[in-house]
Amino acid sequence: MDVLLTSSAFAITLILLPLTAGMLCFLWPAIARILGIVTTAAGVFAVAGLGWQLQLNGTFHHPIGGWGAPLGIDLYADGLSLLMLGMTALVALAVSIYSSGYFTSRDDEIRFWPIWLLLLGALNALFLAADIFNLYVTLELMGLGAVALAALSGGKQAIAGAMRYLLATLLGSMCYLLGVALLYHSFGSVDIATLAVRIDSSPAVWAALGLIIAGLALKTALFPLHFWLPPAHASAPAPVSALLSALVVKASFYILLRLWLSIFSPQGVGDGVNTLLGLLGGIAVIWGSVQALRQTRLKLLIAYSTVAQIGYLFLAFPLAAASGGLAWNAVAYLALSHALAKAAMFLSAGNLLRYGGHDRIADLDRVAQRLPLTAGAFALAGVSIMGLPPSGGFIGKWLLLKAALDQGNWAIIVVLLLGGLLAAAYIFKVLGNIFTQASHPHEPSMVPARMEWAALLLASGAILLSFMASPIFELINIGDVFITTGVKS
Amino acid sequence: MNWDSWIPLLVVASSLLPGLIIFSLPEDKIRLRTTLNLAGALVKLVLVIWMLWGVYNGRHFETRLPLLPDLELVLRAGPLSLFFVSLSTLLWLVTTIYAIGYLEGSPHRSRFFGFFSLCVTATVGVALSGNLITFLIFYELLTLSTYPLLVHRGTEEARHAGKTYLRYTIFGGALLLLGTVWLYSLTGTLEFTPRGFLNGIDAQHYPALVMIFILLIGGLGVKAALFPLHGWLPKAMVAPAPVSALLHAVAVVKAGAFGIVRVVYDVFGVEFAAGLGVTTPLAWLAAFTIIYGSLRAIYQDDLKRRLAFSTISQVSYITLGVAIAGPIAAIGGVVHLVHQGLMKITLFFCAGNLAETLGIHKVSEMNGVGRRMPWTMAAFTVGAFGMIGAPPVAGFISKWYLGLGALDVGQGWVLVILAGSSLLNAIYFLPILHAAWFKEQQGPWPDEHHFDHKETAWALLLPPVITALMALAAGLLASLPFSPLEWAKLISIREFYQP
Repeated sequence: MDVLLTSSAFAITLILLPLTAGMLCFLWPAIARILGIVTTAAGVFAVAGLGWQLQLNGTFHHPIGGWGAPLGIDLYADGLSLLMLGMTALVALAVSIYSSGYFTSRDDEIRFWPIWLLLLGALNALFLAADIFNLYVTLELMGLGAVALAALSGGKQAIAGAMRYLLATLLGSMCYLLGVALLYHSFGSVDIATLAVRIDSSPAVWAALGLIIAGLALKTALFPLHFWLPPAHASAPAPVSALLSALVVKASFYILLRLWLSIFSPQGVGDGVNTLLGLLGGIAVIWGSVQALRQTRLKLLIAYSTVAQIGYLFLAFPLAAASGGLAWNAVAYLALSHALAKAAMFLSAGNLLRYGGHDRIADLDRVAQRLPLTAGAFALAGVSIMGLPPSGGFIGKWLLLKAALDQGNWAIIVVLLLGGLLAAAYIFKVLGNIFTQASHPHEPSMVPARMEWAALLLASGAILLSFMASPIFELINIGDVFITTGVKS
Repeated sequence: MNWDSWIPLLVVASSLLPGLIIFSLPEDKIRLRTTLNLAGALVKLVLVIWMLWGVYNGRHFETRLPLLPDLELVLRAGPLSLFFVSLSTLLWLVTTIYAIGYLEGSPHRSRFFGFFSLCVTATVGVALSGNLITFLIFYELLTLSTYPLLVHRGTEEARHAGKTYLRYTIFGGALLLLGTVWLYSLTGTLEFTPRGFLNGIDAQHYPALVMIFILLIGGLGVKAALFPLHGWLPKAMVAPAPVSALLHAVAVVKAGAFGIVRVVYDVFGVEFAAGLGVTTPLAWLAAFTIIYGSLRAIYQDDLKRRLAFSTISQVSYITLGVAIAGPIAAIGGVVHLVHQGLMKITLFFCAGNLAETLGIHKVSEMNGVGRRMPWTMAAFTVGAFGMIGAPPVAGFISKWYLGLGALDVGQGWVLVILAGSSLLNAIYFLPILHAAWFKEQQGPWPDEHHFDHKETAWALLLPPVITALMALAAGLLASLPFSPLEWAKLISIREFYQP
């Protein structure tokens, strides 16, 4: 029994289970739905188990097949990996439950479930990867799965959006791979821990850093490389939009953060780049929010909101140099709350779209009144996106604001406040439509209860996060991934 | 097991839980909804009385929950908290009864009462907050839970008012957030402390502290309708009458004024704030708002709009009393928190009754209404005299202490403001009373409903009569123990004289 409950067992389950289940779904479409839900539910337990083990034994390092770093593939997990895995598991479960009501035709099912489970496996493997080449492989797998899902609905718009997405994601991975090749050539290793020791400040390292950051920023849709995101996220089916916005962009951000924390920042490589990243993040917050405010279609509004929210994550880079842990904790919390809230928002949008047959914001009133649970989910998720209390978004924003004020960085303070005000403007532009006296003109198609509840539970999760900061920070800091860098730099 | 440390949390939960259940109830479960509403209100009242008794006997009620690694969610029952909590709890009970009668048969009642309960939850949270971040959380929750009530009717006008409300309050919230985090970054604590927690701070931070004071008062001034941040309040009068009562007397405006009291007394400390030189401008601003609101009120023909401008004027008495920075004025300011609530809620209940029973919305339609609805207008008269500051209604007590207090610290100009305000209040209230009692009715009422032999439904009539009696009692029995005045004295003594 003890052998089964080790970190390695949980980690390997997290990777192999979705991959196997994905293949089974392909072979046996009749049970795809049930298999998908069972797999993602098991994923939640596996992450919980991994978290339990990490708390007992500290960080976890596992050479697959016993080969070890230079030759074999290693798995590694610390608090940061755990956070991303937990976030993925929660969103995955909710989206799977939602999808079981959303995709009803056999055609859709046979396309969606295998690709989605493959994507899930890739995500989990990415968060557990211990070397930069393995990160590349999982990143590419994830990107291809994401593009395929984005093209799922098959309409002209969807294909165009997915095509642009494909080009962006391939270009991004290519840049990243070039960076990896340069590092491997210079230091003879792709293992993160080894690189962290050997790295120095040579021109090759700077080139690698530039390529890696550019590639990952493109995949994370950091302004001005965000051009592919709104069409791809808005034209995909609702559960797919939720996955793309909540998880997929976070995965490339995770790689950037991981490499920054473990390899570049401790050796002082890349000073100055952090200011640039912060600047782009700040512009992203303002630009994305203004664009969101200008949209007339709900899904586009939510997609632009993602562009803005991604910006917040980059604001921490210039702050972290002086306040280390505080700013990174803020980022971790913002990423987690954004994942829950944004997934809930896209799922709600899917419900409104299903019920009313359109997502024109100005005409949403008739629909929103008939789906109180969905409207409630959107509202709760909106509270977190605006960063108003009580919500996870508020906690993240509070910490970021605190870090900015400690350093007197008024540019970031202004961006944080302005971003909140703009977010309130675009969220309430939607919410205002719930409270009208509009009559109901046509017979709607019904929305299954589990689709409403999936959205509502995710949104409630984003709210409840405001009361769970202390235990979550304790988990995140297993392995002190944030603190050590804070001290060194 | 120490029950005392859970009671503040229970006070908050006693409206939160019924509210969440009510959201999920179908429209037609009227009896269950009413039961939940009243049960929540009564449980809260019992708990608050329990705390009052306990604090009087020297017990401590404090809930601490972890929020951030270095900050806690603190709910504490101090004298000032209890003062506001008692007011909100009592008036919530009355307003709930009124709202049940007022909304009978209208759509979306589950939604309404759900948010109604959330709104009171937020207010009680604001009252019991033991540090500034807890205050901020509940203050913002109040903004969010009031908005759906404001736009409840869903008309174009209501949605417009809702938008205006959000513009003001979300902006105010951002100011408050910035001020709070800045303060935390500077001092490393946010715990409300009698006489403030800034005494030991280095003098080089004084300019920053002045900025923080402006930010905090700016954020709170929006809800307290301090000039020039008052624009949302007159527009918000499109909301249903129980919501107006909530806005003007129980929750929103009061939360703003209460926050100002908190910031001046328990964050900066009144002496420290006076030393920074920030209280005098605040007093001027409050005085200006008092006169400005009254002047604007005179020209409003819409009854609820006139009352709204009257609120803008009256709530600034609280700010004025605090900003004068003397112990006796403090009594006047703090006690007005309760007095204004009792009087203004009476007036709004009456305005609602006139609108629901006779379709009267304008002052010019009120001729002879005293004979048709004598009880309602009697209550209205008590409220109006209280606003003017005529003895023996509660408003007189507030003004008396404000005036004495101003003289006590050598600020005689305040007397001019008080006298001017009383005069202006008389100018806009007395013609209403004259028209209602002494003029003849002109033609039929705009939209009359009949309730057998009564002037209006019981649920609508009882609440204003009760609150009018309470406003009278607060004035007549001001020297009894547990009267609002005695509590206000206790709070003032604690702020000014205790070490």
